[in-house]
Amino acid sequence: MMTRLGSIAVAAALVLGLVACSERPQVAQYKQGTYQGKPDTPPYQNARFNGDKAAWDREIATRAQSQNEYKRTN
Amino acid sequence: MARMKFLCDAERCIECNGCVTACKQEHEVPWGVNRRRVVTINDGVPGERSMSVACMHCSDAPCMAVCPVDCFYRTEEGVVLHDKDICIGCGYCFYACPFGAPQFPQTGAFGVRGKMDKCTFCAGGPEPDGSPAEFAKYGRNRLSEGKLPACAEMCSTKALLGGDGDVISEIYRDRVTMRAARGSKSGPPWGWDSAYGTGTKS
Repeated sequence: MMTRLGSIAVAAALVLGLVACSERPQVAQYKQGTYQGKPDTPPYQNARFNGDKAAWDREIATRAQSQNEYKRTN
Repeated sequence: MARMKFLCDAERCIECNGCVTACKQEHEVPWGVNRRRVVTINDGVPGERSMSVACMHCSDAPCMAVCPVDCFYRTEEGVVLHDKDICIGCGYCFYACPFGAPQFPQTGAFGVRGKMDKCTFCAGGPEPDGSPAEFAKYGRNRLSEGKLPACAEMCSTKALLGGDGDVISEIYRDRVTMRAARGSKSGPPWGWDSAYGTGTKS
């Protein structure tokens, strides 16, 4: 009886040991050439612009022109 | 649609490193990582030229092509960003980049490479806009505040231009015309062809 229990315990330990040796894929859904990360939101999808892309475009265009000192000083 | 680009006017850059400082301050970039730096050609020789260099957010970005885990994406504004939760810090993007933009913080005692860090065009990353998580990983998201990159807006001589490609190329064209009227020549903007191709508008 004791010998049988001992062999069962050894077999169970061996099975558990083999499980520890297994390898799991670390990239869950790998597709070559496609972005794998989290999705991003456009810069106008926030409380300030409230999804108004035209308003964001205007703001950026105005800021861009402040880099043109020919227009700033004339 | 705006296609965000950088343009460095080598005739104007005075190597003040204001852009480098502005970037480091704005995003609290750690020691050892320089998202932007100033490179001087023929330093000390009459006629030397300086250029501010960072990720140019290429139209056909080689970093995106070589990344083995596909952590890069391009926003609809043409800004090339990456997800640091996916990056494994392999360094392939550093070898592929013609501008040496990707940076790797030395995180371990034995110089283990950390996750890649680079210029985000002040557009943050895939975390929620303006969130502490986004700031910690990628820095401030100025684009979502309706602002342009800090480096370009802080440039004292306006050598570094950032913004919609059509707008900044028009600004540069005005300068070249004014210089030509004074009899001085200007070359094509450095890195522009490498980053955005020749004869393309995208």
